[in-house]
Amino acid sequence: MSTRDWLLEDSPTSRWQANAGRAYRVFTAMLRNPLSVVGGVIILVLILTAILAPWIAPYSATGQDLANRLAPPSEAHWMGTDELGRDIFSRVIWGSQITLTIVGLVALISAPLGLLVGAIAGYFGGWTDRVLMGFTDIFLSMPKLILALAFVAALGPGINNAIIAIAITSWPAYARIARAETLTIRNAEFIQAVQLQGASPLRVIVQHVLPLCTSSMIIRVTLDMAGVILTAAGLGFIGLGAQPPLPEWGAMISRGRTFILDQWWVATMPGFAIIIVSLGFCFLGDGLRDVLDPKSEGK
Amino acid sequence: MSLEPQIAVTPVHSPSSGRKWGRGVSAVFGFAATVFLTFLGLLAITFFIGRVIPIDPVLAVVGDRASNEVYEAARVAMGLDQPLPVQFFHYVVNVFSGDLGQSVSTGRAVVDDLSRFFPATLEMATIGIIIGVALGVPLGVIAASRQGSVIDQIIRVVGLLGYSMPAFWLGLVGLALFYARLRWVGGPGRLDIFYDGLVSPVTGLLLVDSLLAGEPEIFWNAVTHLVLPASVLGFFSLAYIARMTRSFMLDQLSQEFVTTARVKGVPERVVIWRHAFNPIRVPLITVIGLSYAGLLEGSVMIETVFSWPGIGNYLTTALLNADMNAVLGSTLVIGAVFIFINKVSDVLYRVLDPRAR
Repeated sequence: MSTRDWLLEDSPTSRWQANAGRAYRVFTAMLRNPLSVVGGVIILVLILTAILAPWIAPYSATGQDLANRLAPPSEAHWMGTDELGRDIFSRVIWGSQITLTIVGLVALISAPLGLLVGAIAGYFGGWTDRVLMGFTDIFLSMPKLILALAFVAALGPGINNAIIAIAITSWPAYARIARAETLTIRNAEFIQAVQLQGASPLRVIVQHVLPLCTSSMIIRVTLDMAGVILTAAGLGFIGLGAQPPLPEWGAMISRGRTFILDQWWVATMPGFAIIIVSLGFCFLGDGLRDVLDPKSEGK
Repeated sequence: MSLEPQIAVTPVHSPSSGRKWGRGVSAVFGFAATVFLTFLGLLAITFFIGRVIPIDPVLAVVGDRASNEVYEAARVAMGLDQPLPVQFFHYVVNVFSGDLGQSVSTGRAVVDDLSRFFPATLEMATIGIIIGVALGVPLGVIAASRQGSVIDQIIRVVGLLGYSMPAFWLGLVGLALFYARLRWVGGPGRLDIFYDGLVSPVTGLLLVDSLLAGEPEIFWNAVTHLVLPASVLGFFSLAYIARMTRSFMLDQLSQEFVTTARVKGVPERVVIWRHAFNPIRVPLITVIGLSYAGLLEGSVMIETVFSWPGIGNYLTTALLNADMNAVLGSTLVIGAVFIFINKVSDVLYRVLDPRAR
């Protein structure tokens, strides 16, 4: 029996086989959509770049070369150099680590938080639901960027605080999704069966409700990543995110602002990196949604 | 900048109690209640940010060399010796009576600063949304009616770029290209330096004030300065509006009454603009409202890039000077306008769409 047959087996013999088979089906369905392939490749390249940065980057991210400052793009410096003679291409490559860290941590903090709030609200209903969702709605109807700015202002500038601020402002959307999903499965027979066996609410939520919310959550998180990257870059641009000399893309654009009229490449090049990575997440998210949740297509 | 639909369009709650006492009254009451509660929530958040997070707000005022007596006096004067709920109550009362504290960097009351800077932001965002609607709606309709055509592809790309391009970056690139290279538009700021202060502010909107003062030259100068930042903002609302228009139109065009109209031989133009477009006007209002609120937020970045003397610029300057009163005041004002527009478009939707009543 080939691996493929094992994956596509109609009656899987273990949970592991069932999960692997489902992942394989999703994967092949994604391959049929060219845009999601492009998105996947972009994200893969981003991850590889971040891991392999020390070997890929031709120069160091912080090494200065004042004799060669503000040099236009050339063969030696593909994206030119900045005001301290640092190679912009190398800095963009090192910056991928920061972007990936921000995106990963925001997703790790805000998605579980939103999931938990939404699942608890949906599962218990009544006043718990009203209070939690009222709170969520208040956060939802607030401008995210401004709120993140205010949080960072109070917490102090820096990349960790930027991550916290972005995570604080992005959980409510996940809470709404998780609640909606929980409401649809709350009265399902398998949930009642587990309840009759004496499972505690915590166990029901964590073991049986949350796993069913994950696929819509993964879609939403992927689609939101572009927004997270833009907010992080915006914080960096204003000077509240990653601090120099960290090669964060938004902060790099901010440094290049002074030279935008004559040395356009300093500010422009990191912007392309932001656009490509954000587009990658958009494509991948769209593709995932088409495969995992075909009903909401085009919305 | 993403104009991600910050949709607070809550799923329509079953208005069972509303039916009993007449829709109008309960709708207005419900609207006022949600706006008030949301605004109170916003206040709670700014209060939390301003009073709870900083390690010691008193030290920020008196400095760390102050003696114990000075420190205690300042603490009492700031009301920080009282329990948090009492402090919050005072805070709410102050805000509602229009007191947002003094700005450390400008030395004036934050309220005065904000009312001086707000018109500049309003002017830019309004021109931006006009650009976005004037181009976005027709483009979205055309894209939907010729699905798969070149223009449809362009709209999709523009829509995606609107989600993945940093607004401040686009502003900078625009400055480098249209101002530095091509000299088509004015540079940063609202006017050239030698026109500064020639027009006395009446409304604060330069386009209006210069015309009122009978100064067409200044009017045109203001236009050349406004056109680039407003277009950058407009691009983002265009991307969002066109995307949503396209998706609404596709929904309508696949309905049976559209097919019926076509079978009856109704001209395609009428089918598209009357049969299909009319029903989507209501959801479009919500989209435009959300987009407008998003522009007020997006203008923070754009104003920083263009040295535009609006609330966004005020906010970022205050952020860098750790001027918390000014930061929280601007957050409050932008947040309040945002919430208000959000809720109004939500209510308009329910009032105008017979199905949502």
